[in-house]
Amino acid sequence: MIEIYQHQKSYIHLLNTRVKTLFTLVFILCVSLSPTGTWPAYLLFLTVILAGIILSRLSFKLLLIRSLISLPFVLAAFPILFTAPEPHWQLSINEKIKILISQPGFERFISIAIKSWMSLLAAILLSSSTHFEELLSALRKLGLPKPIVSILSLMWRYLSLMIDEGRSLARARDSRSAGKSNVRTIGWRAGVTGKMVGNLLLRSLERSERVYAAMAARGYTGDPLYRTSKSFTKGDYWILTCGVMLCLLILAFAILSQ
Amino acid sequence: MLPGKLFMHIPDGFLSIPVSIVLWVVSIVVIGIALRKTSKQLGEKEIPLMGILAAAIFAGQMLNFSVTGGTSGHLLGAALVTILLGPWAAILVMTSVVSIQALVFQDGGLISLGSNLFNMAIVGVFVSYAILTVVNKIIKSEKTALFSSSVIASWFSIFIVSLGCAVELVLSGTSPANIAIPAMASIHALIGVGEALITLGAISFVYTARKDLLKIGSASKSTNKGILIGGSVITIILAILSPMASSHPDGLEWVAEKQGFLSVAQDSIYNLIPDYVMPGLTNEAVATIIAGIIGAAVVFVLIIGVAQTRKKTSS
Amino acid sequence: MIEIVNLVFHYPDGRAALDKINLVIHPGEKVALVGANGAGKSTLLLHLNGILQDEGLVKINGFEVNKQNLPKIRSLVGMVFQNPDDQLFSLTVGEDVAFGPIYQGFESHIVDDKVKNALSDVQLSGFEDRHPFHLSGGEKKRASVATVLSMSPEYLVLDEPTAGLDPKSRKELMALLKTLPQSLIIATHDLKMALDLTDRVILINHGKIAADGKTKDILLNEEILHENDLL
Repeated sequence: MIEIYQHQKSYIHLLNTRVKTLFTLVFILCVSLSPTGTWPAYLLFLTVILAGIILSRLSFKLLLIRSLISLPFVLAAFPILFTAPEPHWQLSINEKIKILISQPGFERFISIAIKSWMSLLAAILLSSSTHFEELLSALRKLGLPKPIVSILSLMWRYLSLMIDEGRSLARARDSRSAGKSNVRTIGWRAGVTGKMVGNLLLRSLERSERVYAAMAARGYTGDPLYRTSKSFTKGDYWILTCGVMLCLLILAFAILSQ
Repeated sequence: MLPGKLFMHIPDGFLSIPVSIVLWVVSIVVIGIALRKTSKQLGEKEIPLMGILAAAIFAGQMLNFSVTGGTSGHLLGAALVTILLGPWAAILVMTSVVSIQALVFQDGGLISLGSNLFNMAIVGVFVSYAILTVVNKIIKSEKTALFSSSVIASWFSIFIVSLGCAVELVLSGTSPANIAIPAMASIHALIGVGEALITLGAISFVYTARKDLLKIGSASKSTNKGILIGGSVITIILAILSPMASSHPDGLEWVAEKQGFLSVAQDSIYNLIPDYVMPGLTNEAVATIIAGIIGAAVVFVLIIGVAQTRKKTSS
Repeated sequence: MIEIVNLVFHYPDGRAALDKINLVIHPGEKVALVGANGAGKSTLLLHLNGILQDEGLVKINGFEVNKQNLPKIRSLVGMVFQNPDDQLFSLTVGEDVAFGPIYQGFESHIVDDKVKNALSDVQLSGFEDRHPFHLSGGEKKRASVATVLSMSPEYLVLDEPTAGLDPKSRKELMALLKTLPQSLIIATHDLKMALDLTDRVILINHGKIAADGKTKDILLNEEILHENDLL
């Protein structure tokens, strides 16, 4: 349930992971740096990411749903609608309550929403076309320090283990409760939650130590080793350069057309 | 009201470039130090512990508390990790989680990643560490000290981090001070209570069943003056700033008026285990007052604590 | 050859788990390690490939078990843990079986061959893409064995391999273990399996070797079994 990788034998899946990772970073950075309201540039960025999705042969519908699930954080931008400067649109709900919506704020909100969505699509494309371990291995080769990579690779394995333990814990709780948990006080529920989290943490911890022993017994050293980690070829270099140039050009276009 | 979860991970487009750059630089420097400090201490026991705590925090940050009206916030976990691993390893765990959230899940932006790291991985850990150290010095009984410091440090870490986020937004010109600060403060004062209870639950389990794990964190306890001072300074500055800003009544009125708009965010899809969500505290005024009282009380205790440690070191 | 000289191990609380163990196991030997719960069987096993290290000397094929030699040691000694849920930590069976060879540094196509062979050895051919979670108890156990077989170890160490298996799965596992050419070191309560599979029994009681000899001599001697809480 945590694995977000989807298997396909597409061009994007087979592409060198370092190329994919770097390109995704550059793409997201360029999108983030393009100024508010540069709609034509947004359209170009969207074309780039859509091309990637089509090449990946992943189900567009699935990527779209996933991007929408993660999208609510765009709501963080919501207050801008009201806090940004004049001019305002006025909405009257009734005589007492009037809402002022800032026009520049509206433009900024929509821009942020679109930009976030495109960045999200890029990140989703990367993570659905690349094994997590492979991604970590690429990040390690790109210079992410080893302790951080080890923590992440263990985190990934342990997440499903923890959900496992959480499920069996919840089953044990449910089988003992009469189902009327709403009637108790907040403090009681928070206390129960705290204890369950403690129990869950401890169980997962003990299991993680055993799993770690099993990993160490098979030679694990903390380095993510993904077996298809290919060498960086001249072709990869060119693909990456072209991709990065494309993003930078669109960014330049965005800034100039502002 | 500002959705709490969302503002712990600041997306791109909310922070000005100078703020982003400065915080990126600070974060890289501190994380670099953390990497150097931990390179020797990581062994067969610490590494799985770091991994499972990263997983716990990753999951915990997806677990939302709905607090008031349409607002929800998530756990931070900085205090728990600091207690179990000590400050430097804790910074690495928080850094790993926050970075991968930004890169793979787009939870928080890339340009703002520097400040998200600064807030959650550095301020969160520094504040936790400062409070843990101070409380452990004041209270003599080992068990009482552990439990009370866990509670206070977790509440404070989340509260101060939220104030840090708010101040960054204010400095970036994104949100006026009299809106961002009280809104963030009041939400996170409440989330902090949840965080504190959960940390307490976790720590008391570890204390009764696996006391050996508590040694890893305390092994590096007495030696980090820099973090202690840094954490105390951050805590005091931000904690004093918040009640001052909260006294702007127009800010709160505004928030209340606009509250209806964000009810969309109420049922977050991230709720892994719906039963865990705390029921809403509906009375905003009461909540804010309680938050203020708790905040003032803890600041008071903290100042006394700092004064006492100073007395000790000077004598 | 596995040589153990004066091995001592203390639990974190100071209790001695292993008390001056001296032992030699020759290549190709099939050995059962028996003893009551808490006698120190699992602790001893964990020393064989360096998961635990304390006082004393453990040598595998002449290599001392220490931090430097760990990669070599872990290729020589394959360890199958008691709970397959701990042993199978990846998202697919294939990935799990490939884990060891990848860390041994083999190239991708060799890893694939090793995975295929190991799975066919344990009669799980075609299980590469299955999620370990969805396997039956017996299948999980056999997959666990495959995860170390793929590393081509010389010594195969198993902790309670038959625990929790139904009679049919147990029979299948025993049939599998019989076919393996490696040295077997099996910690178990399953005396019937020990009689069936091994030539030598080492009986451990309170961290010490209480008896060491031919399987039949020890496991058919009721007096010894009584003395060591095994009957």
